[in-house]
Amino acid sequence: MMSERRCSEDDDRSSLISRLGSDSPRPRMNPQTQRRRAARPQPQSPHGGGRVLFPPGHTWENHGKREGDRLIIKGGKIVNDDQSFYADVYVEDGTIKQIGENLIIPSCVKTVDAYGQLVIPGGVDANTNLHAPQRGMNPTDDFYQGTRAALSGGTTTIMDHVLVEPGASLLTAFDQWREAAEEKSCCDFSLHLDITRWHEGLCEELEILIKDQGVNSFLFFMAYKDKYQSSDSQLYEAFGVLRDLGAIAQIHAENGDIIDEEQKKLLFLGITGPEGHILSHPEEVETEAVYRAVTIAKQTNCPLYVTKVMSKSAAEVIAKARKKGIVVYGEPITASLATDGSHYWSKDWPTAAAFVMSPPLNRDPSTPQYLTSLLACGDLQVTSSAHASFSTAQKAVGKDDFTLIPEGTNGIEERMSVVWDRAVSTGKMDENEFVAVTSTNAAKLFNIYPRKGRIAVGSDADIVIWNPKETRTVSAKTHNLMVEVNILEGLEFRGVASVVISGGRVVLEDGKLNVTKGSGRFISRKAFPDTVYKRIRARSKMAEARGVPRGNYDGPVHDVISVPKLVPPTPTTRGPTCPKTQASLRNLHQSGFTLAGNQVDDHIPRRSAQKIVAPPGGRSNITSLS
Amino acid sequence: MSDCRREWNREDELPVYLAGPIATGPNQRKSYGMFSSVEGAFDSKTIDFDNYAVGRKGSRTPRSGSRERVLDSGDPAGKTSSEGREGSLTDSPGEAEDVRPGVVVRYPSGMESSNGESERLLIKGGRVVNDDQSIYADVYIEDGLIKQVGENLVVPAGVKVIEANGRMVIPGGIDVNTCLMKSHLGTQPADDFLQGTKAALAGGTTMIIDHVTPEPGQSLLEAFERWQEAADKKACCDYSLHVDVPQWDETVKEELELLVQDKGINSFQVYMAYKDLYQLSDSQLYEAFSFLKQLGAVALVHAENGDVIAQEQTKILRMGITGPEGHALSRPEELEAEAVFRAITLGNRVNCPVYITKVMSKSAADTIAQARRRGCVVFGEPITASLVTDGSHYWNKNWAKAAAYVTSPPLSTDPTTPDHLNTLLASGDLQVVGSAHCAYSTSQKAIGREDFTLIPEGTNGVEERMAFVWDKAAAMGKMDENQFVAVTSTNAAKIFNLYPRKGRIAVGSDADVVIWDPDSSKIISAKLQQSASEYNIFEGVECRGGPALVLSQGRVVYEEGQLQAQQGAGRFIPRKHFPDYAYQRIKIRDQAKSKQGVTRGMYDGPVHDVFATPKYVTPSPSAKTSPTSHQPPPIRNLHQSNFSLSGAQADDFVPRRSGHRIVAPPGGRSNITNLG
Repeated sequence: MMSERRCSEDDDRSSLISRLGSDSPRPRMNPQTQRRRAARPQPQSPHGGGRVLFPPGHTWENHGKREGDRLIIKGGKIVNDDQSFYADVYVEDGTIKQIGENLIIPSCVKTVDAYGQLVIPGGVDANTNLHAPQRGMNPTDDFYQGTRAALSGGTTTIMDHVLVEPGASLLTAFDQWREAAEEKSCCDFSLHLDITRWHEGLCEELEILIKDQGVNSFLFFMAYKDKYQSSDSQLYEAFGVLRDLGAIAQIHAENGDIIDEEQKKLLFLGITGPEGHILSHPEEVETEAVYRAVTIAKQTNCPLYVTKVMSKSAAEVIAKARKKGIVVYGEPITASLATDGSHYWSKDWPTAAAFVMSPPLNRDPSTPQYLTSLLACGDLQVTSSAHASFSTAQKAVGKDDFTLIPEGTNGIEERMSVVWDRAVSTGKMDENEFVAVTSTNAAKLFNIYPRKGRIAVGSDADIVIWNPKETRTVSAKTHNLMVEVNILEGLEFRGVASVVISGGRVVLEDGKLNVTKGSGRFISRKAFPDTVYKRIRARSKMAEARGVPRGNYDGPVHDVISVPKLVPPTPTTRGPTCPKTQASLRNLHQSGFTLAGNQVDDHIPRRSAQKIVAPPGGRSNITSLS
Repeated sequence: MSDCRREWNREDELPVYLAGPIATGPNQRKSYGMFSSVEGAFDSKTIDFDNYAVGRKGSRTPRSGSRERVLDSGDPAGKTSSEGREGSLTDSPGEAEDVRPGVVVRYPSGMESSNGESERLLIKGGRVVNDDQSIYADVYIEDGLIKQVGENLVVPAGVKVIEANGRMVIPGGIDVNTCLMKSHLGTQPADDFLQGTKAALAGGTTMIIDHVTPEPGQSLLEAFERWQEAADKKACCDYSLHVDVPQWDETVKEELELLVQDKGINSFQVYMAYKDLYQLSDSQLYEAFSFLKQLGAVALVHAENGDVIAQEQTKILRMGITGPEGHALSRPEELEAEAVFRAITLGNRVNCPVYITKVMSKSAADTIAQARRRGCVVFGEPITASLVTDGSHYWNKNWAKAAAYVTSPPLSTDPTTPDHLNTLLASGDLQVVGSAHCAYSTSQKAIGREDFTLIPEGTNGVEERMAFVWDKAAAMGKMDENQFVAVTSTNAAKIFNLYPRKGRIAVGSDADVVIWDPDSSKIISAKLQQSASEYNIFEGVECRGGPALVLSQGRVVYEEGQLQAQQGAGRFIPRKHFPDYAYQRIKIRDQAKSKQGVTRGMYDGPVHDVFATPKYVTPSPSAKTSPTSHQPPPIRNLHQSNFSLSGAQADDFVPRRSGHRIVAPPGGRSNITNLG
């Protein structure tokens, strides 16, 4: 394993034999196992981590095979989000078959020793970008490199974002992503779709995706003006559609309009380095957008998932909204939990540029602690990595203009360790909550629970044996990624995955990664996840607004002269001419004028005498002019 | 009013007791024939009283105790009572001050004030209440200005004396938000500048700031001039104007500059609501704020999320709800709070002072309060309606009544809202009370009888504003009299740069003075109001406190229920840009907050090749393979609402072949703009 490992004294003492003789609380074990183990010669490993003990005849060759691995994980403490208990786990055909003591299992199974360690569900990373290009450049870490790193950090399921370029077909993009991932991914994956331009025409595709393709979450951007940004109206419509289809709306929450203006201003001021990125993406811009997204979600009664919570105030908005009963979830990421934005002012351009992501890391150094606390108390629910790594050469595209720097940081590998180190080992959360925020909550929200995110009979055998005592120091030299700069360089984290089992196969042990390209399966997710939609459904029933039955108003009514505003628009005539209108500079000032056809200023540049409300030849001429 | 006054002045045989204390100097004594016997007795009393009054505060207390009697004898301060009151003044001279301790105006005998401007007045024995302190002092007014404030004033002979009898003498109210000419679908509000300002004066408001509401595409300057002309003709009190910016473009900028530099306008309203009509996008707001900040103007914001409202309205109409309750349902409180939050964020980014008009809900007010705590320069204006009543009336079975409450943002359905807003007002988290007076008759409201979105928006409140702030906040012990003055006039004057000309009783200030009677009480009714609308949304609500006497420009325009307003007397008050109250902090922040880049060596490492970034050119429509991606048709515009302004529209060239884009067509650009 490429990351540096150190064993504490504890671990040395905790080697099997010494532990058997100790009085320390130890796992319940069935006597047979003890006997068997006692009779066996104990291999001394320099690593205190779990070791795999092979029965005679079992060889490494078996690892190549996907199915058929039979494993028993012995002596570990099973930690789910609700409780912890000591039991053995028997895995066959990639699923968990038995849990308990004194399991009756066939012979010839591989034994994974988990004494003194935690057996937790494999991590679910709900936000990665391993395939989404920026400015035509593909991320340095693709599905292979990315999932390999994920596995080495204890993450066994990723959910990648499919970036659908404006105007492109959702299904095509989805197929493309799925193909790429199936070819390369080493762990199970699922996909979110990023919708960059909403229009009614997408409904059909959405329905297909949700009902047939197993996608139940869609990301919208409130940032990236003129590129991906959705207006409030679009969000409102889209949220309404998603609610009806039973999907979750994800939001990249930043006010793109303000950012755009700020970027122009900063470039004008001559600030071109990465510090311009954070200066143009101030915290309040994130907060504002979160607030707005929450408001729209509340109005539409649609569940909302805020990706990449990077600042205290944004997290607070989510926490407050939850207290008001709004169905909203927040996702801090590895970077925001582990570091802050001071690095944007680094004198070293590649370092500073490596931190560029949106929303940016916050300058307030207390942000990571605050976010960890909210995570611990349940105000934030899911941790992900938002992994999108670009090499220094790629980042250098923006060396003279920070707006061109491809955005994204690493974090897929360090995620679980960061949470353990920052939250569990500091006493903010317990091991069960750790499991909840690293896997269970994500699995529940996105409807892959209990297949993922739980150690239970019938669940997928995505299991991590977690060594809370070991530490490792992050370094770009030792990480499993291709990217040259690791934003967490030099930080030391307690808590390391010592054995990782993905799909019933051991992919990490003794620090050795043994992954198979393309072994990852696509995990389809059903609509209407219970965790989210139970409340939404109940509210939909309750929320029926009712009018007041009144007698007809029969008083005098003021005459309205020729109300030109109320003439309904004649859509048919506008279609083809519409794009042409866009061309003129005028469009600039009309951006708000839409939909109702009510444009009051339609008739302004012309003389009012010529205002023809109902021209003899029908209305088409006039509308086509507008 | 002048008629009445002159009539009185002609009465040479004015009651003796009305002779002012100044006139009682040894040289001033005159013999008053038939009243002489009475005179002596009464005169000495007057002198005694005046010595007390000018000399010491403490002596005032027994006198203030006599106020209760006013309550008993005081008729409701409506129009109907005026005759009786007047009669009592002139016809029963024997009645001494102690019996009738209301405000008493004494006219100097033989003193002729031919025109209102040169009128001289002395307000005696009042407690002058400013926003910072209250003092017992007399106020001497000449030429429409306050000339002296203090005790033992030396004033010329023959001034008219107003006995305040220990009541509060406060600066006349400033109503910062009225719409007396805002047309809706071509109909004008029932209260125009005449009716509206009359109502204002009757309520103790001596200055209004009206909103100029040009339609999109109209010239702001023209609209401004139209408003000014109408107001000059009709307004009975001083006025100033806000100009609403219905759309944002280059021409608007020029006009704004003109308005600020030459016309004396320093506040402009932008809308976040009224989609497709007045609404500005965030980018436009950002630009507008930046520009207004350069000009030194205050950005007023109508804060509601118009996009969502438009959607909600469609939804609710589709559900078959067409009555006024649909108005409240389609504009929930959250949308107001959200927009307030956004406006503040924008203002803070630009570092421009933001003034939220019409704060109607608790959450919006809280948002403002929190932002102020973070240091944002933001002001909030609750209005009469939101301080007094709530949105339950939208569900009223009587359509006309329910429709009368229609205003935007709507009254909150939470019945604790008025109380909360009053508390925030008292604590200084909200600063200014407006009225958003925009009265439409029931027949005008009935335009929307089948579709609530067509109901003209606006409620009354200009007349009741001061009294209700007193009743709901001061009389409840939430705020003191100084804070009362602050929120009804001083703060507004400061924010809009009228201070200290308006909003303060001080030497040199305009003589817009109100003698406030905290103990009077009346029941609001449409029958008694000055406003021309047939419905008063506060109908039947009892309200303590009210003006006993109102001076506008140094003339008595309202006195114990009698209004003597003079049409066209109102002057336009120009306001300079960069009001200190809003801009001092802004200026310093600009200096303090200069963004610093990092000086680095040049990056000389490898740079990834970027191809002509075809990624961001959206594939041409023909390339769309999906069956669903129909050419986003007429509705297309809908989804593009954010594409604007910078000209950088990434999708500009999408539906067209890029070769065809004509940046500067041979014949000039005029054709294209005409088409647009």
